[in-house]
Amino acid sequence: MKFEYTISNLDFSTAGEASSNIKKVLKLLGIDSKIIRRASIAIYEAEINIAIHSYGGKIILYVQENSIKIIALDKGPGINNIDLAMKEGFSTATHEIREMGFGAGMGLPNIKKCSDEFSITSESGKYTRLEIAINI
Amino acid sequence: MNLNQIIKEIHCDIITGEIQQNYNFTKAFSSDLMSDVLAFVKDDQTLLITGLCNQQVIRTAEMIDLKLIIFVRGKNPTNDIIEMAADNDIVLLSTSISMFDATGILYQKGMRGIRV
Ligand SMILES: Nc1ncnc2c1ncn2[C@@H]1O[C@H](COP(=O)(O)OP(=O)(O)OP(=O)(O)O)[C@@H](O)[C@H]1O
Ligand SMILES: [Mg+2]
Repeated sequence: MKFEYTISNLDFSTAGEASSNIKKVLKLLGIDSKIIRRASIAIYEAEINIAIHSYGGKIILYVQENSIKIIALDKGPGINNIDLAMKEGFSTATHEIREMGFGAGMGLPNIKKCSDEFSITSESGKYTRLEIAINI
Repeated sequence: MNLNQIIKEIHCDIITGEIQQNYNFTKAFSSDLMSDVLAFVKDDQTLLITGLCNQQVIRTAEMIDLKLIIFVRGKNPTNDIIEMAADNDIVLLSTSISMFDATGILYQKGMRGIRV
């Protein structure tokens, strides 16, 4: 099964709608609640990253027999140094973003913790593509 | 602590949610940074104390199945935020005291933090 969501970078108040939707879908599919929790955290952090760091993008969810696969893809500044971005506490978030409750530099490391497979590819000034899988 | 005790000890107004006697909390996390909440809160029996008052607080709670959010420093959510919480069966309380004081009072009454 495939589900696709468009993520805007323009209205922060709507960020999280896709994650909320996906969580409901996973519940309806009867997926184990511990798996849903991990998937929800990962997808929400990915959605917030698109909303605050990119110019907009999409999240694609594949629910397969043995795994949930998520691709978060955006157009934007990309990530220059992925190793650095993966460090807990590293963030380029502005003061405004911190005032909205993000920019702790915890998102990407937490996404990795929640995933069984994790990869990021990015080109500076062009795009960021995050791909994760969680076994079910 | 149950919900009524919490409300009494830190002088909360109930913004939304039914006060169910079987809501019991032993652990709390105080933070204005939602990524920290998502990274450190391990179970849904933890209550969240925060001075941040926007949609993302509710979304964060929704993602990790938190049942209770206490807004400190007199923060009051707007109607759309309240509705979002109600849709997700999240109880919202508000108190005019500071995060430090609210946390300290609850600690004194037996509430504990979570291991980070
Ligand atoms: N989609 C993206 N596009 C461009 N840069 C990104 C993207 N996602 C992450 N980054 C970069 O990687 C850094 C670390 O990301 P991470 O999600 O770990 O932390 P954060 O978003 O800054 O804060 P937090 O997730 O704790 O709210 C970001 O500050 C940003 O510089
Ligand atoms: Mg992030």
